[in-house]
Amino acid sequence: MLKANTDIIRLNGAEKHFGAVRALNGVDFHVVTGECVGLVGHNGAGKSTLMHMVAGTLRPDGGEIAVRGNAEIDYSVARALKLGIRCVFQELSLCPNLSIAENTRINHPALTGLGWRRKAASLIAAKLDEIFPDHGISADDIAGDLSIGRRQMVEVARAFTVTRDPLDLVILDEPTSSLDAHTAGQLLAFVRRFVAAGGSCILISHVLGEVLQNADRIVVMRDGKVVATDAAKAFDRDRLVATMGGAEAREKIAAEIAAARPADSPVRVRARPARQEDGKELVARAGEIIGLAGLAGHGQTDLLLAIFAAATRRKPGIEVTAPVALVAGDRQSDGIFAQWSISENIGIRSLAQLRKGLLISPQREAALAEFWKQKIGIRTPDMTNNIFSLSGGNQQKALFARALGSDAQIVLMDDPMRGVDIGTKLEVYDLVREEAAKGRTFLWYTTETEELDNCDHVHVFKNGRIVANLTRDELTEEKIIQSSFGDAA
Amino acid sequence: MTAIAPGTIPRSSPRGSAARARLLRSLLPALSLALVLIAIAWLNPRAISYFGFSLMLNLAIPIALATIAQMFVIAGNELDLSIGTFVGFVGCVTATWLKDAPLLGVIVLLGSIGVYALLGALIHLRNLPSIVVTLGMSFVWQGLAILVLPKPGGKAPDWLLALMSFKPPFIPFPIIAALVIAAVVHFGLMRTSYGVILRGSGGNPAALRRAGWSLLRTKIVLFALTGLFGVLSGMALIGITTSADANIGNGYTLLAIAGVILGGGEFVGGRVSPIGAVLGALTLALAASPLLTFMHIPPDWQVAANGAILIIVLAARVLISRRER
Repeated sequence: MLKANTDIIRLNGAEKHFGAVRALNGVDFHVVTGECVGLVGHNGAGKSTLMHMVAGTLRPDGGEIAVRGNAEIDYSVARALKLGIRCVFQELSLCPNLSIAENTRINHPALTGLGWRRKAASLIAAKLDEIFPDHGISADDIAGDLSIGRRQMVEVARAFTVTRDPLDLVILDEPTSSLDAHTAGQLLAFVRRFVAAGGSCILISHVLGEVLQNADRIVVMRDGKVVATDAAKAFDRDRLVATMGGAEAREKIAAEIAAARPADSPVRVRARPARQEDGKELVARAGEIIGLAGLAGHGQTDLLLAIFAAATRRKPGIEVTAPVALVAGDRQSDGIFAQWSISENIGIRSLAQLRKGLLISPQREAALAEFWKQKIGIRTPDMTNNIFSLSGGNQQKALFARALGSDAQIVLMDDPMRGVDIGTKLEVYDLVREEAAKGRTFLWYTTETEELDNCDHVHVFKNGRIVANLTRDELTEEKIIQSSFGDAA
Repeated sequence: MTAIAPGTIPRSSPRGSAARARLLRSLLPALSLALVLIAIAWLNPRAISYFGFSLMLNLAIPIALATIAQMFVIAGNELDLSIGTFVGFVGCVTATWLKDAPLLGVIVLLGSIGVYALLGALIHLRNLPSIVVTLGMSFVWQGLAILVLPKPGGKAPDWLLALMSFKPPFIPFPIIAALVIAAVVHFGLMRTSYGVILRGSGGNPAALRRAGWSLLRTKIVLFALTGLFGVLSGMALIGITTSADANIGNGYTLLAIAGVILGGGEFVGGRVSPIGAVLGALTLALAASPLLTFMHIPPDWQVAANGAILIIVLAARVLISRRER
């Protein structure tokens, strides 16, 4: 413990059990002053549990916590905040009924008395300006009105505001999962400035490039244990993936699929965005995977929802010739039935097939769920457990199972892989390609350029219009960025 | 609003329309009240006078107070099904002990607020559904009211009678009282820094806990405020009716819930509006009997007609909320 005085926080032998599940199994972890620690691992590896302990929201079942060398017996959120340790949690934690200024007040007990509104508003506005210039968010906006990306920007900015309590360590749990490449860059640049000025940071991200480029030290977790700790320079992508124990990272799979898909397979979707003025339109044939790219919130989701609506009710400009299923991006608010079991969540899109007479047959529902549990690898002892017993990645798998288990020939994906670990992602990519080979059509909106490698065609969106249509061979990150930022031709 | 960068235009327009829809929704309580007033003025112009308003809005003060009481629990995502019988219980205590043994009366009323606070703690700690707990409590309050005052009677304290029959110049007392109630509660819940925490506890309890706030405390405060305004409602009611009956407040439970929802509140999510709630209560008080009487609807049909008015207004609200999505 020679460097104990420069430690912000140190956990020794931290343990946590949830029932029979060992979420953390004797973890040693520390962060020193002026350091950005990258924390990577699959969903369910124990990252979030560990961070909840650092933030004081979970009590360890065993082990000890020390802050700046002093052992903390009664460590809690309030204590952590007092000691300058804060966390931006993965699940968005703004109050949707309150304004941005009011949400800022919630994190600052010191913002009271006359004029607290004005103080809170200028505090958050200044921080937003600092981190995300051109953010376009007003302190009077109601949080629930903002897009998911902007909510995340507010949340990150809020964590860096300072009133009475100090600010030494900020935990960023998937801070860029809902941000587009531009704002994510702004955030990471700010984090570097913050660390350079002597602050500390824990960065959790499934975008391994972000961690490799921005962390000083990387901690890899697997199955509730720390399996590797080393300087970031000592890692590269392959070593990181190998240490995490994921499936082999796959490079371009271009040739694999591009192989034989007849161009004259039947057209499944023909759609023109509502704001499109020129003749560009999106055409998807059976067996194709079509990517929707561009900055977040530039009309991709709107088009997917319009196509979804057009499947049941005719809409001008959109032609849909097969049943449609949607995999929602904001799974907590749009995807999951919180009170239902995993099986019921999967079966809801296929009620017609599950029916026996007038009732739903529990056997058929269980059979469907069991099939997809095996096929897609949902990790749970019992599919009748509540959906929230699953980790985030497995919840998303259940939503994929819902769509793929149905009769839908067209599957719309609204950036469904945000915040999902790379192992799960690779499994889902395989599944998507497999299903496409069987003739299903996928429309895939994603904010992660790497995912577009799976697509046959990529349409880049800007201001609600399609500005570019790239085939797989033309697809490069530069081209997408160029089209997203360039003037619409 | 800060300057909007060119790249962000597509997202700001739906946000603008959401804000417009919310404005429309917050105007809805005022619009529905205006509509009811216009209908009354059209049916019976003489009702629009100092005396007319004093008479028509006579019972609006206790209804408004009970609505505000209900609003506090709704702000914390709970529901109070006992507020009606609680108002009745307070009424019985007011008409007996508060007049004959003021000290005992005050202690009992303060104690009943304490019971509300304990209910809040119980609901939070044991994670019980508030509907079940308060439904049970509604029978407890009713029983206690009958014990205190087995048959209709009693008399309001003189000071309370004097207060409720106060006749200010120009503006009828119920209107002034409604303005004061709305202003005080609006300031307390919508403008103070702790009011934000109370509303936040309905909006995203998990976020509040993570920021280090005690949800037990917010729940206790919200329930205690409900108890406080329930007591005020019962006292105001007795000040108007001058004597009590154990069943006097029974209709208030549903009136209060309807008032909150009519006033732009929502059952979950901490979205409530004190001003809207008071306007909703006034609308219900007017639509309840004066309007229907003027429309020559026989008393037998008035309750059903009242329900129909509620459905129409609430349906209008749902339509507007849907546009917000």
